[in-house]
Amino acid sequence: MKKPRRSMLFIPGSNAAMLSTAFVYRPDSILFDLEDAVALREKDSARLLVFHALQLPVYKEMEIVVRINPLDSPFGLKDLEAAVRGGAAIIRLPKTERASDMLDLEREVGRIERECGREPGSTRLMAAIESASGIVNALAIATASPRMDSIALAGFDYVVDMQTQRGDGIELFYARCAVLHAARAARIDAFDVVFSDVNDDEGFLKEVQLIKRLGFNGKSLINPRQIELLHTAFEPTEEEVLKAERIVEAAEKAEREGLGVVSLNGRMVDAPVVRNARRILQLAGSPPART
Amino acid sequence: MEIKKEAMCGTLESNDLLVKVAPRAGLEIVISSEVLRQFGARIREVVEETLKHMDVSQGQVVIEDKGALDCAIRARVQGAVLRGCECEELDWRIL
Repeated sequence: MKKPRRSMLFIPGSNAAMLSTAFVYRPDSILFDLEDAVALREKDSARLLVFHALQLPVYKEMEIVVRINPLDSPFGLKDLEAAVRGGAAIIRLPKTERASDMLDLEREVGRIERECGREPGSTRLMAAIESASGIVNALAIATASPRMDSIALAGFDYVVDMQTQRGDGIELFYARCAVLHAARAARIDAFDVVFSDVNDDEGFLKEVQLIKRLGFNGKSLINPRQIELLHTAFEPTEEEVLKAERIVEAAEKAEREGLGVVSLNGRMVDAPVVRNARRILQLAGSPPART
Repeated sequence: MEIKKEAMCGTLESNDLLVKVAPRAGLEIVISSEVLRQFGARIREVVEETLKHMDVSQGQVVIEDKGALDCAIRARVQGAVLRGCECEELDWRIL
């Protein structure tokens, strides 16, 4: 079963100290950012820092995502060379508008893998959707390539495109649902937007409860302080864990006895319920974050 | 690669380093570090190895280290050299 992906911590690609130490916060995945967090005049140096940071043994054991600049910018392709050759597990493409954006990315990733001798197909792709066009095309984007790993909503550019602003979440309601439905239909993961006010724990937790109920896998984060809050909020309740344990025990018993049908307390348990119970137990068993 | 002009890369923040390069006959490497006594030899080794990979045999390279890891040292030396060489296209094999 897949590991939980609740937290994706953004680290500026130009910050040597943060690149060297981000692993201590133990997020589920780390994103090295070569796009918005990096000043124009440091794009070249950030690319090199990220390429070499990817070689650190500790990052070989973690899920590392690299956010590149758009491919139609002067930096995108160079960023991609650094990220794929460096060994990033996932490439996050910002400002994805349509399926062809992912196909262009897929083609370049395949070329670089061949050129550097990396296993073909080993680099996965994440689309970040930041506009009305992207939302309308979410399903086509999510299913664009067999390399698709996940789809993320990026709130700031999206609300500007929609001629509104961040508020209580109603302004993101359709976009969140569209991204989530596209992800689930494509059988890939979905990540929610960054919550930028790092001093507003109450607002952050309210948003986390909302996206958890909607069904997001996790959230993009810009401050390590938010990791523990997020992981704790995603932890199942004791009651949920006990129920999940009973379901999984019943499923294992049925399997041992060669029964095709799982039953618990005289009621049939469907396969999706068993899968969900296993997911809950996995979330319950995840190590706590360190702050 | 030939260092054609003065260039620098990096910062003086903790866990980072600032690398300055300049054209010069022969190769001169000057290192200052807060951890010179413990790690000076290792820093020099990483710098020399990085320059060798890039085929840099001439120039002045001045390092001000603030406790950077090897990966940051490599990146900053390469960044300064590439800027000093006015190199737009990168041959990833030399990194």
